[in-house]
Amino acid sequence: MSKTAHKGHAAEPFLRISKRDEGMSGWKAWGIRIIGLILALVVSAIVIYAIVNLNPLKVYVSMWQGAFGTSKRTWVTLRDIMTLLCIACALAPAFAMRFWNVGAEGQVLVGGIATAACMIYFNNMPTLLLFLVMILASIAAGAVWGLIPGFFKARWNTNETLFTLMMNYIAIQLTAFFVATWENPKGSNSVGVINRQTKTGWLPNLFSEGYNTDFGWNVIIVLIIATLVFIYLRETKHGYEISVVGDSENTARYAGIRVKQVYIRTMALSGAIAGLAGFLAVSGASHTISTQTAGGRGFTAIIVAWLSRMNTYVMLIFSALIIFLDKGATEIASSFGLNEYVSQIISGIILFFVLGSEFFVNYRVKLRGAKTGGASK
Amino acid sequence: MTALDSKYAIEMRDITKRFGHVVANNNVHLELKKGEILSLLGENGSGKTTLMNMLAGIYYPDEGQIFVNGAPVSIQSPKDAFDNGIGMIHQHFKLVDVFTAAENIVLGLEEEGRLDRKAIAAKVRDIAERYGFEINPDQKIYEMSVSQKQTVEIVKVLYRGANVLILDEPTAVLTPQETDKLFAVMRNMKADGKALIIITHKLHEVLDVSDRVAVLRKGEYIGDVPTKDATQQSLTDMMVGRATSLNIDRPDPVNPRPVLEVKNLTCIDKDGVKRLDGVSFTAVGGEILGIAGVAGSGQRELLEAISGLYPIVDGEIKYFPEDDAELQLRGMDPMAIRKAGIAMSFVPEDRLGMGLVSSMGMSGNMMLRSWKKGVGPFLKRKDPNQLAMDIWKNLEVVTPSIQYPVRRLSGGNVQKVLVGREIAAGPKLLMTAYAVRGLDINTSYTIYNLLTEQKMKGVAVVYVGEDLDVLLELCDRIAVLCGGQISGIVDARKTTKEEIGLLMTQFRKEGATA
Repeated sequence: MSKTAHKGHAAEPFLRISKRDEGMSGWKAWGIRIIGLILALVVSAIVIYAIVNLNPLKVYVSMWQGAFGTSKRTWVTLRDIMTLLCIACALAPAFAMRFWNVGAEGQVLVGGIATAACMIYFNNMPTLLLFLVMILASIAAGAVWGLIPGFFKARWNTNETLFTLMMNYIAIQLTAFFVATWENPKGSNSVGVINRQTKTGWLPNLFSEGYNTDFGWNVIIVLIIATLVFIYLRETKHGYEISVVGDSENTARYAGIRVKQVYIRTMALSGAIAGLAGFLAVSGASHTISTQTAGGRGFTAIIVAWLSRMNTYVMLIFSALIIFLDKGATEIASSFGLNEYVSQIISGIILFFVLGSEFFVNYRVKLRGAKTGGASK
Repeated sequence: MTALDSKYAIEMRDITKRFGHVVANNNVHLELKKGEILSLLGENGSGKTTLMNMLAGIYYPDEGQIFVNGAPVSIQSPKDAFDNGIGMIHQHFKLVDVFTAAENIVLGLEEEGRLDRKAIAAKVRDIAERYGFEINPDQKIYEMSVSQKQTVEIVKVLYRGANVLILDEPTAVLTPQETDKLFAVMRNMKADGKALIIITHKLHEVLDVSDRVAVLRKGEYIGDVPTKDATQQSLTDMMVGRATSLNIDRPDPVNPRPVLEVKNLTCIDKDGVKRLDGVSFTAVGGEILGIAGVAGSGQRELLEAISGLYPIVDGEIKYFPEDDAELQLRGMDPMAIRKAGIAMSFVPEDRLGMGLVSSMGMSGNMMLRSWKKGVGPFLKRKDPNQLAMDIWKNLEVVTPSIQYPVRRLSGGNVQKVLVGREIAAGPKLLMTAYAVRGLDINTSYTIYNLLTEQKMKGVAVVYVGEDLDVLLELCDRIAVLCGGQISGIVDARKTTKEEIGLLMTQFRKEGATA
């Protein structure tokens, strides 16, 4: 029966991992994250040098310039961060309710379709009224797209993950249909830039005349949404209901919360915000609609929302990181003539370390032989 | 010394285990002799389960050494535990519902060749025969009663050749008859040379079944005594560290007046099974009405139907806010009940899954009753925070802060939060389901006192309980449920345990012969 036994003290496991019960102090957690980032840069520097024989510092500078090199680039980066953040904000209420809405992609698309439709059919409307109609239409379209799975869940307890996922494909087909309808010029199989001459329905610059040189409105609209969602989830009765339903449906019923109503209402809200992100993507960025308008951001936003634990301000940080890596990777691919896989490797390494540091923030790892209580990393 | 000479099946020396800042076990010594039944006794949160989990390979000790048959071992996983002949039967069963008993028993065993169901079934029957179990190897788990599932768990452990069995509160889910059967089996195993450790809160069971009692208090090893030298009083003293009177104070009812009248209540569950069948009784303000019955006789459905959480097929539920006013509760959901101003409080059986929001702190849980009260769409946090602070102080809830998630609190503290909130709502009708289940003696008495206080304020208290001794000492009247029907309502001061026991099983017997 006796197993490995030396000096009366049997072998301890090599690694022991336990959850940090009391959490970590803020500065310590940020310290770990910064160490993670530095490690990421060091490791990718080695990789860059080993694979493509380039000066890693130059590569990093180039990445930075890809994202923030010129004022125009900075604004585009900011704009994309905001769109991603907006979608993540849309997911937050649903996720806080433990409702796995993976349908943001479709909700963004229908919001975009509604916006494009307004731009095409109402191009004679007074500007302010047109914007009001576009915003309301995109919100309504997204809300309907979210409400449908919410209603089915409440009424027949359908699986929301499958349902919202399939709604994405319907939205994509719907977009393809409208692209064919609005095709311009004929035979291009695309809608082209809508109102290229008149710029009707284009979200204008905030800080200067013209279009497409600053995206101040995008930033302001999304920051307002992020703040509202933050307050909604933490300080309102609806937010409380969402948390209770997310924790236990039975507790919610016990507390007199109308669970079905909460499902439907919250999913409509989630879809509505995603629909608004569709408005930003069409009126505030591309000025066209295609099946690529959401471009996978509905899924990327899941990562952002989940990592941030539904805290909209933390979402800002993760959105920024992901968009920055994306822009930087594109830039180094073009400026060094690299295969784009190399830049993806670098993005991958950085994400790996940054996400990996969350593990050390949440868990304590003890090596064999270490004294208890000490080791933190 | 060589391994085989040791008279101890298990020795644990200087065992310390910490979780964050909490020391769950501090320098604990424990010995288990071969062929004995050891009771491990202690209040909630005294570290019994943690200590046993280290034997079972669930946790690994921070300090200290475990010896099996005199040889030092390192138990890093449940597999290591099995290799050392240690098997644990957990409080919450770990079985695959859609598998048969036999399939569950061999699950995870690495044996060569094809699965020989006949051989397995034969071996299972052999084990069952040797120790006096009743088990059908081909029955699916989901068709089994709780006690049958427990049997599967025990056989599973024996099948793997365990010489040391650890049972974590095995009787918590059993009826008295099933408990007796389990104890008979345990004695058979002991006679066969197995060593057993049983964790339990029930002192009479300790005295009944074990050879020796070891006591833990707040993670410390207090000592051990041979059972023949122990009494309920001496064990209680060891457990709580000071003498606790076993007498529950029961003042006479004051100004009794009907508060709730249930008439002919009938409920049918999703599968079409009658859960309640023509139940009628009256709950009177100023007294505690006990509800006794074998688990699953309709207790849960009764309380949930009254509080608007369970669909009612037939019958009436009347509530009397004043002497000459009357409200019909049937058809109201919890929100309607609250809006109608009905002062009803309910402490459900599933504390974290129904009564509380497990991920929130005390303050968020206080809000569960008052979340509608804020201005406009916003929450009002001040009052629930104040209430949480009051309960934290008055009921001595052990928690680092009122924001600390209640799911991380120990069972007794969770219940204090729940009962505290329900009483603070100022009820006229207070319903509790298994209010002291799994709680230590001190907390149980806190709960009894709180309920009696409410009764003296004129509240109608409905107490669904399982411990007959407590029901007899705490309540004024006892209604006995049996198979969804009321088989009798008796005066708790005049009745006997035997009478209630008979009522608890009466209908079933009639049904069997009819």
